[in-house]
Amino acid sequence: MEKLERYEPLVEDFDAFLDACERPLPSVVRVNTIETTPERAKAALDEEGVGWTGREWSDTVLELDTDNPGSTWASYHGWIHGQEEVSAIPAEVLAPEPGERVWDACAAPGSKTTQLAALMDDAGLVVANDNNLGRLSALRFNTERLGVTNTAVTNTDSRNFSLKPFDFDAFDKALVDVPCSCEGTIRKNPTALDDWTMDHVRSVAGVQKGILTRAIQATKEGGTVVYSTCTFAPEENEAVLDYALEEEDCRLVEFDVGLDSRPGVTEFEGETYDESVRKAQRFYPHHNDTGGFFCAKLEVEG
Amino acid sequence: MTETSNDGQQFDRLPATADDREVEGRATREEVLNWWDQRFEIPPETFEEYSFWEKGKGKIWILRGNVASPIRIEALGMKFLRTRQEHWKPTTNAVQRFGREAEKNVIELTREQARRFVRGEDQELDWDGDWGYLVATHELAGESEPLGVGLFVHGELKSPVPKGRQRDL
Repeated sequence: MEKLERYEPLVEDFDAFLDACERPLPSVVRVNTIETTPERAKAALDEEGVGWTGREWSDTVLELDTDNPGSTWASYHGWIHGQEEVSAIPAEVLAPEPGERVWDACAAPGSKTTQLAALMDDAGLVVANDNNLGRLSALRFNTERLGVTNTAVTNTDSRNFSLKPFDFDAFDKALVDVPCSCEGTIRKNPTALDDWTMDHVRSVAGVQKGILTRAIQATKEGGTVVYSTCTFAPEENEAVLDYALEEEDCRLVEFDVGLDSRPGVTEFEGETYDESVRKAQRFYPHHNDTGGFFCAKLEVEG
Repeated sequence: MTETSNDGQQFDRLPATADDREVEGRATREEVLNWWDQRFEIPPETFEEYSFWEKGKGKIWILRGNVASPIRIEALGMKFLRTRQEHWKPTTNAVQRFGREAEKNVIELTREQARRFVRGEDQELDWDGDWGYLVATHELAGESEPLGVGLFVHGELKSPVPKGRQRDL
């Protein structure tokens, strides 16, 4: 936990924050509306005696009273998918519509890809890319298990992603849920911070900048790009946005998901960032009883 | 005239009919639609908005919508049907997704039979319909829901549920 001490100046009620980071996460699933409705999924859980609690901010996010949601009929049929609550935020913020072309730049293992497909009623096209061939098998397994048919899976480095295989030259929207130092996943994985170093933060931030700028370039004018991480480090969050604002034609826009959040920070450890990064949102474990998360919505300009 | 052969590295859209076929042995869209209609009475209109693709010999994939053909990528939509063998075989995922439309060769299992099926176990049971691939269903949340594809032969329902999809429920 001492690795989180550097965030004390950013986080109000810091002791409550640290306490929350020590507690395990609730067991949360997303209802897959490609295969069923939230009503039927709840009915199936009721039949099996698995208790559930809904969430005000989303019809499809349910907390279950079992630690093993995979051992349910609802899961076998692809009606529910284990997905941490904050992980459901970025696809909701991107809000893709049926018929649109959407790029999921860092797609494996596919929770957000399948959520995008569901939000699109499985119509339109999701291009799900990941640079790691090993993780692609999990991505492919999950898209098929959840009955997704509108996804094309590619295997390249997103920083140099090419639209060449496709018969269009820009996406309507892009989801950039980048690899990160994962500090926000400490509740799910207590060893998440064991390998944490400032060098890793700096190196992953470089990759994040490359992926976000490529996503902005590959998205049409007026289109939307959502950038997210599961970490608290401003170097991987606001600093990456600050870089993209400088390098590409884009602006940050406000959004509301109905979860408690704090605005992006404009200064940290002597660095200052563009004032508009306040429009990004920081989700802390002690505010909604979730993992930690960062999410920003950008509009691509001409 | 030389026949083009199947290239396992790329997805090729299925030809609409036999007259459009350029790759020997490749299934046509018409044949695929007829197969689902004849085997399960799933009407061809069900698949109006979908395109069909071959990558890997006999592996047919289903995509909602369309993309350029051929296309060299890792995956496209969902693996749907295995052709180029005597009996065509649908995938578990395809039957879970589209099997609700089936009117024929549907076998309703009890909860205990369904448990055995999803564990991947073969079981003896009474079925006086066609032999071959069946849509196995059970009742869940008030409606019949497809568990996947079963294979009925010699008084036995075999479970081809792939290892990674099997569950002990």
